[in-house]
Amino acid sequence: MAHLKLKIEFGGGLELLFSNQRTHFVAIPSTVPQGDNKGQPADINFLTHWLRDNLLKERPELFIDTGTVRPGILVLVNDTDWELEGEGEYKLREDDEIVFISTLHGG
Amino acid sequence: MAPKSCALCQNSKAILRRPKTGQHICKHCFFTVFETEVHNTIIQAHLFKPGDRVAIGASGGKDSTVLAYVMKTLNDRYQYGLNLFLLSVDEGITGYRDDSLETVKRNQEQYDMPLKIVSYEELYGWTMDRVVSAIGKKNNCTFCGVFRRQALDRGASGLGVDQIVTGHNADDIAETVLMNIMRGDIGRLGRCTAICTQGEDMIRRSKPFKYAYEKEIVMYAYFKKLDYFSTECIYSPDAYRGHARAFLKDLEAARPSAIIDIIHSGEAFELKEEVRATQKSQQTCKRCGYMSSNDLCKACSLLESLERGMSTAITDKGRRKLEAQGLTPDNMRTIPYFHPSSSVDAEAES
Repeated sequence: MAHLKLKIEFGGGLELLFSNQRTHFVAIPSTVPQGDNKGQPADINFLTHWLRDNLLKERPELFIDTGTVRPGILVLVNDTDWELEGEGEYKLREDDEIVFISTLHGG
Repeated sequence: MAPKSCALCQNSKAILRRPKTGQHICKHCFFTVFETEVHNTIIQAHLFKPGDRVAIGASGGKDSTVLAYVMKTLNDRYQYGLNLFLLSVDEGITGYRDDSLETVKRNQEQYDMPLKIVSYEELYGWTMDRVVSAIGKKNNCTFCGVFRRQALDRGASGLGVDQIVTGHNADDIAETVLMNIMRGDIGRLGRCTAICTQGEDMIRRSKPFKYAYEKEIVMYAYFKKLDYFSTECIYSPDAYRGHARAFLKDLEAARPSAIIDIIHSGEAFELKEEVRATQKSQQTCKRCGYMSSNDLCKACSLLESLERGMSTAITDKGRRKLEAQGLTPDNMRTIPYFHPSSSVDAEAES
């Protein structure tokens, strides 16, 4: 199966759910292997579920809520707000850098 | 998706969708509009005058770190003529506040501002670690919130400042409006959207980020690579606020203007005269001199309940009853008497 290499970064306290490590290099399937979207190119929605199943260590409800990234978590795709890139439907490319930052931790 | 260009300069690639306006803007324009809006808030509310000594309430978290950076930037750019200080509270929470205070100490060097730290232990004789070991995790946020408010005022008084600015942002204020509605707290509902508050004799407090969205504050910190600390308090967070926050974030996801709309609604509330008349007037605490709506201020009454081994605040009535029975411990710890802004000589700590 073909894979995509990505750089993932967590900030704003989210890193605590991911072994307290901010930067991760991962290789994910380039197409969705199973489920309703089987065979579709991997997008951020698929990535977030993959991260939950493969990288997340605790409290998944703080990362995913009703099928997508929990409100209050900012996502950047190659340093651009994901709201400009189609949000969860953004199709991932080799060497993309995806950043997740929680805004929900104390100020 | 093809890269979009900035709605403001029409030139560079857009990197952010502004929650307030929906505009797609580039990094450079984002820094400019964010800073300019805070400047406009400051000017329109007449928050400062030249020569003011201003303490920035600094926790090491995202909001206060961005506030310190932006206050320094604007003070230089627009020549406000302010003397800026960092003021931090050490609640005495091992593994949480000791780490975030390290961030504040780095900020002190990065922004070249004097730093003062006030500790609960020094002021009240109790760290939060000890409070929690005595009363458990259920009510500890109440103690911490009351103690923090007074600690900040006392720290500011020690620095001889004219004003405290805090990093409360638009999301925080909208959240507080919702909480006050849900709790029926009419008095606070009337006050909580004020950009500037001043209790009698107390130091003026203001919120330059009143209209700044949390999303933009976090994005600003990210793109400027500011050094901030983000870990949840190790003691149970304020559950009620947590629900209000999650609810607000859901509203924002559906309609980003919800946050500013709730603030506007809060601002438009006006208390009817007959409701206002039922609100308690402010007086001075009989024991420590801090502002209070009862004989004893909240901090004194909470401290007394800790000293007596109780887990909730003691009421005036309950206290009088105990005193009548001669049950006041002789060596009970009390808070030193508060003389607002009397000691300008206090030097900032390193």
